[in-house]
Amino acid sequence: MFSKTSQNVRNDRIEGRWRTLFLVMTALLILPVVIILTLLIIRGGPAITWEFISGFPIKGMTQGGIFPALMGTIFLVSLGLVFSVPLGIAAAIYLSEYASDNKLTRIINLAIINLAGVPSIVHALFGLGAFVLFMEFGTSILAASLTLAIMALPVVIVATKESLEAVPYAFREACWSLGATKWQTIRKIVLPNAVSGILTGVILEVSRTAGETAPIMFTGAAFFLPFLPESVYDQTMALSLHLFVVATQVPNVPESLPYGVALLLIMLVLLMNALSIGFRVRFRSKKKW
Amino acid sequence: MNGTLQGSAQDSLILDVSDLSVAYGGKTALRNVTLNVVKNEIFGIIGPSGSGKTSFLKAINRMDAMTPGMSTTGNIRFQGYDTAKWRNLYSLRRRIGVVFPLPTGLPLSIYENVAFTPKIAGIHRKLELDAIVEKSLRRAALWDEVKDRLSSLGSLLSGGQQQRLTIARALSQDPDLLMLDEFSIAVDPVTTMRIEEVLRELKNEITIILVTNLVQQAERLADRTSFFLNGEMVEVGRTVDIFNGKASDSRTTDYVEGRFG
Repeated sequence: MFSKTSQNVRNDRIEGRWRTLFLVMTALLILPVVIILTLLIIRGGPAITWEFISGFPIKGMTQGGIFPALMGTIFLVSLGLVFSVPLGIAAAIYLSEYASDNKLTRIINLAIINLAGVPSIVHALFGLGAFVLFMEFGTSILAASLTLAIMALPVVIVATKESLEAVPYAFREACWSLGATKWQTIRKIVLPNAVSGILTGVILEVSRTAGETAPIMFTGAAFFLPFLPESVYDQTMALSLHLFVVATQVPNVPESLPYGVALLLIMLVLLMNALSIGFRVRFRSKKKW
Repeated sequence: MNGTLQGSAQDSLILDVSDLSVAYGGKTALRNVTLNVVKNEIFGIIGPSGSGKTSFLKAINRMDAMTPGMSTTGNIRFQGYDTAKWRNLYSLRRRIGVVFPLPTGLPLSIYENVAFTPKIAGIHRKLELDAIVEKSLRRAALWDEVKDRLSSLGSLLSGGQQQRLTIARALSQDPDLLMLDEFSIAVDPVTTMRIEEVLRELKNEITIILVTNLVQQAERLADRTSFFLNGEMVEVGRTVDIFNGKASDSRTTDYVEGRFG
């Protein structure tokens, strides 16, 4: 009665095949990550020293450190955040809490999603036209940060909207029935419970913009600067562009140098990702309903 | 005593609804309801799901202003004032407490749940808040169970305790009218009985509209009962009449005797 029929046997065989297929696919997916990381650590690891991190590039960028590029990336990303985060969160609050569901709102939502799909080189050209030339910021940290901010905006908006919508609607209704305004409800109930999700989205976006090259290439990142920028109207070096430069544009670069730069960039990004995972874990453990 | 009252009873009206219809995006949920509620009565509303009971409550505290697509026509007078012309809807809602079917403890501490309403109304002195919190929790018969853990999360209480917490929250602003929407749906029978006891006590001070899916609950508590069916109010009558075969509409009798619904 409990022995396998031929149909059972066939089902088991097919089940096994699919399982193997999915397993192989997963392994193939992990393989590149493992190879990249191993290669970077083996070849770039020795290059990473305190002098490398804190020193200036010397001898036509073939030796010395990458300090100005590291600082440049940090400047660009943080200033980009200053623009994109308040704007993105405010827009998301409006769209998910205030805007009524009409044609215009739907078009705006669609536009935001499409904006996220615009290639970075197009953002770069937009930044060049809008910030560098039209607004006359010149090729500067300001123009490059604004370009990065425009790129980051849709992701910040979508992440914020999703976090806001994850807060149950019943809480809003309960608050309104107690005579709370929409803003009181958002400030006291919705935002405090969405903030970790918003942070997660923002940090993931930071790690993405940190690695972008095209948008900053035309708008504010410099090939080589022997000093740190003094204001937002100065140009700056950046890790991603520096990697491109030392890997392809400069002759006689020791092999370990581009690998070192790449390893540092990837470490920066992984650090950000780890931070965002940390926030998500905290978020789950503090869930209040 | 029926749907409309005459003479001196007019003064004791808290709610006077005439010809109220509610629609969601053109789809009618409630049609031409005319009824009134007298001060210090428990007004029961019974009817199968989809009969428009909840829509009726939402229209009373003007949730149509917060709900996309919801529209109302007709006239609602609360304490003599037309709610459609009420300028400050927030103050209207603070005079009407609402308890929802599923307990919605806000993701705040027990204390903050009850202090929420006074706080948003601008009360910030700790002594005053403490007094309101204690009084409200006592009125909802929850104080003794939670007085030692006021700072723990409201949403971690049991379902029955949470429902009493939402009653305490609804009472924290000293409302004139308390509307309960099928409060016992997620509550065990013992707690239901306790809450019913609370409501009987409260009746001396405030007016209660009790929407319920349990016809016996209306029979136990309500002074007058109204029967809603398919978006229409079939009738309003004294509870003793409705439940003793003296309803004027045979559908009401069928429903309370369990022949349908």
